[in-house]
Amino acid sequence: MNITVLFLREWRVLIRNRAAMINPIVFMFLAVMLFAVGSPLQDNTRALYGGAVLWLIVLLTNMLSLDSLFRRDFDNGTLEQMMVTADVPLLAVLVKIIVQWLGTGFLMVLLSPLLCLFLGLPGTAIAKTALLLLAGTPALSLLGAVGAAMTVGFARGGVLLGLLVLPLFLPVLVFGASAVSSEVAGISANAQLYWLAFMSMVALLIGPFATTAGLKISLQL
Amino acid sequence: MLLSLNQLVCTREEQPLFEPLTMQLVAGHCVELLGPNGAGKTTLLRTLAGLYSQFEGAYDCPDFLFQGHPMGLDELMSPLENLAWFAGLEGHTFTDERAADLLREVGMINFALTPCQQLSQGQQRRVTMARWLLSDAKLWLLDEPYTSLDKDGQVLLNALLSRHCDNGGAVLAATHMPLQVVDKGELPLRPAQVSA
Repeated sequence: MNITVLFLREWRVLIRNRAAMINPIVFMFLAVMLFAVGSPLQDNTRALYGGAVLWLIVLLTNMLSLDSLFRRDFDNGTLEQMMVTADVPLLAVLVKIIVQWLGTGFLMVLLSPLLCLFLGLPGTAIAKTALLLLAGTPALSLLGAVGAAMTVGFARGGVLLGLLVLPLFLPVLVFGASAVSSEVAGISANAQLYWLAFMSMVALLIGPFATTAGLKISLQL
Repeated sequence: MLLSLNQLVCTREEQPLFEPLTMQLVAGHCVELLGPNGAGKTTLLRTLAGLYSQFEGAYDCPDFLFQGHPMGLDELMSPLENLAWFAGLEGHTFTDERAADLLREVGMINFALTPCQQLSQGQQRRVTMARWLLSDAKLWLLDEPYTSLDKDGQVLLNALLSRHCDNGGAVLAATHMPLQVVDKGELPLRPAQVSA
């Protein structure tokens, strides 16, 4: 099995299927804008809630892009070829998840300074927020892929995917939101940062196995 | 030995789909899997490929290529890129010249760089045939290989199957149209006696 070739293919799909990457990001910006427009302008409560809103929107955006993670491959049969032919299907699955993360989680890290400004977070919190997203979003992609794998067999799996996956995202939301509010209050959020990184590590241990198992179940027609 | 079945029965909701199968397939043989619609041909092939786990009995199928109903081609990528991806999946080295030779052989060289979504079903079938030739696998498990192929395509398919068998490969194909291959065997699926 040649990992580079597999990466190349996923990368090409990401570039050619731009709508699948751009639509969730546009949704994210719209949601942030709506929050910015709807919240009171004067007081600094926006900064208080900003962290929670930021992470909530990140969660929902990630969930939106997860549905398309295996859908096309399932429909056109490349998924069954991948599971049948690859020596280690787990690695092929992991490659797909990593590229999905590059198109969502990593993109959010790059765009997070803009999001922070829209949400009224202080400039001092911007760098740390980006770091927190970098530590926390891999967990979202890795855990979300499990739900995506299990629902890919259903034609309308979108809502079910949300019900399965959002509870799994809860710890990331708790630590992420608390970290941003500590940063805003001037307290170091290193503890939460390490927790988020830890969650991503655990997700890396469990996620690919569970995703591969989920895909095997979904392919039993 | 490329394939051996020992009292193999695929089941669905605990009900057997066909009578137990026992057979062995050695290199150089081409076997047609026969049976009416719903007899379990696709299910049997998916079982052998490891995609279906409700069965009783045993089978051994060490080195195979599986072509199911979906083509297994990414519609956003060209035939050439699809072949490169498959070669990477199988883990052998791949050169554009080799791919070009294969695509020329199946008559798709003029579409080597066209995204597969712009190809017709029959053209996509031809690209999948190039993939079989690219594969190192000895045993081909094919589900309805004639689907959407034109006359020339069917002739080509028969020639490829014969050549694969002559080169020490074997074929198990579910089909309703008889394969035009000399010395072919038949594996009929008989409906199981439903127990009361």
